[in-house]
Amino acid sequence: MTRTLSLAAAALAACLIAWTAVPAAAQDALPPAPYAYRELDDSRQEAAARALMHDLRCVTCQGQSIADSDAPMAGDMRHFVRTRIAAGQNAEEVRGWLEQRYGDYISYRPSFGRATWPLFVLPVLLGLIALVIILRRVGGTRSAVQ
Amino acid sequence: MNRLWLYLPLAVFFLLLGFAAYQLSQPKDEFVRSAMIGQPLPNFTLPAAMPGGQGVSASDFADGQPRLLNFWASWCLPCVAEAPHLDTLRDEGATIIGIAIRDRPEDIARFIGQHGNPYAAIASDDISAVQLALGSSGLPETFVIDGRGVVRYQHIGDVRAEHVPVLLAELRKAAR
Amino acid sequence: MMAELGLAALWLAAALAILQLVTGIWSMRAPELVAITGAVRPVTILQAVFAALSFTVLLYLFAVTDLSVELVAANSHTAKPLLYKITGAWGNHEGSMLLWVTVMALSGALIAGVEYRLPERTMQAVLACQGFVAAGFYAFLLFSSNPFARLPQPLAEGNGLNPLLQDVGLALHPPTLYIGYVGLSVAFSFAVGALVTRQVTPDFARAMRPWVLGAWVFLTLGITAGSYWAYYELGWGGWWFWDPVENASLMPWLAATALLHSVSVLAARDALRTWTLMLGVLAFSMSMLGTFLVRSGILTSVHAFAVDPQRGTFILILLAIYIGGALLLFALRAGAVAEGERFSVASRESALVVNNVLLTAILGIVLLGTLYPLLAEAFGERVSVGPPYFNLVGAIFALPMLAVLAIGPLLRWRRDSLQRISRPLIVLAAVGGAALVLTAVLFGVGFLPLAGLVLAAVLAVASVMPLSGRNLRRVPLAVWGMVAAHLGVAAALFGMASESAFTSERLVALAPGQATQVGPWQVRFAAVQPVAGPNWTALEARLEARIGTGAPVVLTPQARSFWAPAQQTTEAALATSWNGQLYAVMGGAADDGRWQIRLWWKPFVTFIWYGGGLIALGGALSLAGRVADDLKRRRVRARGARRRAQMVPA
Repeated sequence: MTRTLSLAAAALAACLIAWTAVPAAAQDALPPAPYAYRELDDSRQEAAARALMHDLRCVTCQGQSIADSDAPMAGDMRHFVRTRIAAGQNAEEVRGWLEQRYGDYISYRPSFGRATWPLFVLPVLLGLIALVIILRRVGGTRSAVQ
Repeated sequence: MNRLWLYLPLAVFFLLLGFAAYQLSQPKDEFVRSAMIGQPLPNFTLPAAMPGGQGVSASDFADGQPRLLNFWASWCLPCVAEAPHLDTLRDEGATIIGIAIRDRPEDIARFIGQHGNPYAAIASDDISAVQLALGSSGLPETFVIDGRGVVRYQHIGDVRAEHVPVLLAELRKAAR
Repeated sequence: MMAELGLAALWLAAALAILQLVTGIWSMRAPELVAITGAVRPVTILQAVFAALSFTVLLYLFAVTDLSVELVAANSHTAKPLLYKITGAWGNHEGSMLLWVTVMALSGALIAGVEYRLPERTMQAVLACQGFVAAGFYAFLLFSSNPFARLPQPLAEGNGLNPLLQDVGLALHPPTLYIGYVGLSVAFSFAVGALVTRQVTPDFARAMRPWVLGAWVFLTLGITAGSYWAYYELGWGGWWFWDPVENASLMPWLAATALLHSVSVLAARDALRTWTLMLGVLAFSMSMLGTFLVRSGILTSVHAFAVDPQRGTFILILLAIYIGGALLLFALRAGAVAEGERFSVASRESALVVNNVLLTAILGIVLLGTLYPLLAEAFGERVSVGPPYFNLVGAIFALPMLAVLAIGPLLRWRRDSLQRISRPLIVLAAVGGAALVLTAVLFGVGFLPLAGLVLAAVLAVASVMPLSGRNLRRVPLAVWGMVAAHLGVAAALFGMASESAFTSERLVALAPGQATQVGPWQVRFAAVQPVAGPNWTALEARLEARIGTGAPVVLTPQARSFWAPAQQTTEAALATSWNGQLYAVMGGAADDGRWQIRLWWKPFVTFIWYGGGLIALGGALSLAGRVADDLKRRRVRARGARRRAQMVPA
């Protein structure tokens, strides 16, 4: 138990190392995937890919998006996103593909579903409560209802 | 009626507190698990990791025999720790297919020379493509694939002595 | 010897906190016992003296790098600049908790020393509550996070401090943030004290207001500094990630902002009594919740302390006692406190109520989004709630809130009509329309940034309107404060919307001599060279950026290698001009001699932090105005008393 936790802490610390991170423990020998650190030539596609990369969680460094992470796996995921977008898929298809494999956890944008409906229902409820409170407080001169 | 509203913040707070206490008591799941369990293996074809070796493709798995699919790399430290247990699995009759991630042929050869080769075939995946397709998030990871090519079980992290019987049981389950 | 002194001081401070609780309650029960009632304030001050002594000892241990102390050995190193040795004292769990209780003790001492406006009984309850809360955190330190623990054998060398923390940001951000977090404990104790004595009056609100303002100013500064620190230190070009730990600092701020405004309604109009008490409890509760989230490791975050579920359990128990207790007291007592008057639709207080409710709703959204993954996990589901959710759902509540913020200050207290302010409203509508046409037609930006830009323009004009037609020399400081803070909101909003709408980003591989284009800038990669610092060496790129044929600006991003601990970091380079920032990060080298260079041009991004600074300045002006007013009132009253005394024939 303690061991896993200290390992997790070490992993987090490794993830915190910024852009050129070199994990102290081990380093793969290969250069990063071609599109890990390279833009797409089409600037519109690159913008779409970038927007999506900010919405995807890095599975190695789980506190970060793959746009911000330097883990090799994040690089491979960026390569994946860019090549898919370049091949003509739209961002939602790519997101859906990854969600199918990793579950909802991979995407920072929750979509309405079995596990997420309170995220959308509760704000509506909160809005209604806010409205009721405001109506009860304000407009006292009009009504005598307590 | 009016008074009851005043207890609402307290109720919400203790509800949240209960969840937090429950989560604190649970071991935190640090891993991202694959959502592909029960799904057919996605289509892929990978080249052999070493010259003269044999490549791996998804269709290889649909021949009626369950297999282990092991993601590893020569540069991955826990992979060294799991090597002897993979040997045990092979000796117990498991067929293990290896996929080496972001690795070089010479490093793979050196690793196998030092730690033995439990694999029936080793393919190489330089951009984690198959890892992504399977919803795998790190190294090493081991999947149980049944004889129809369906993903049946995922083991995250290095295989230790206590995991060997678990994996063998999963293989038997997949064979049924 | 020094470590033991620090520990002894900590134990003494803990004992005094308990004594403070006991004497506080006792003197409420037996107001005739002068020996007891007279002791509450001195005990409070003495507690702060020992807490401060203990913290000073810790600073000393870090300054001299006493490697026989476990905490120092684990987090410091002899070969570190002195500034980072000292700031490293709170760059870890134990040290930062000691800073937390020290700030708490000092703010308690401050109220004990200068606050004489509250009824004596309420004051005793307030100090008892302060002592009670502090005692819990002392227990936490002493029983599970002792910063003064010795090693059986002193180490020859320490482990060093995470290089990302070796920055002036660490000197500024945590202390200001903690003063803010813990300063809110005063508001909490005030609310609890008022619930105990059931005395919620405009005078109570006037006494509470400066303390809320002070904490809020520091909280604003701390969040602003933290955002800028993350922006330049992490090298990701982002200034807010909706990370759980960031949300943990935002939630108390939202609650404190709402509290600040409701306390004003209470002071001016004797209304919103229970609401104000609720917010007082809520604000500090959010601070403690943040501490729990950060230190228990229960949520996945980038900024994590060494994670320890045992500490999490301890803080959870403290949370249950303090927040649970305060909310229970609220439920039992608040019914007896009348809420006060209701308002006409068009009035200052109506606008403030709407703002308060919406701010609280935003707080609810942030709380929901932050904790939701935890709730889902209890049901075996793993979900992520990130920027797309917070931005959209938060904006649904923030946009109407900001619209009301523009109009509210133009309205009068009690009763007003929209007809009276029809001229300013027309001006604002015209500004909004012009901004809408300009941004939508010229740039075609997305909906949220567009709404942000339009509202920022309206808000900027609206925020200075309360000054129009007034003799500026007669305008009270508090009004200047309000104007500055609201203008700051407009500026920050403008920066955020502009950053989101107009940022250009490039990721290129360049060989020395090659150039690239980002936004209006042409950036030439001139050279790469090694440089050395006190505990690191680095490769430094020299980038020359220019617009058109203008003079070049030089940027020198670095890839640093620290040796204690052995870690690599990137130091981003920033070039600031009046209309934005050019941001450069140096990445790895490719085999062909080219280097990865990542560039951003972020138009007007600096307005985010200027705005934050302006908001804090507004708070400070307002605080100065209120304090000056109080001092003046006290002098007048004293003079009156003296005169009355002279008139009485001997």
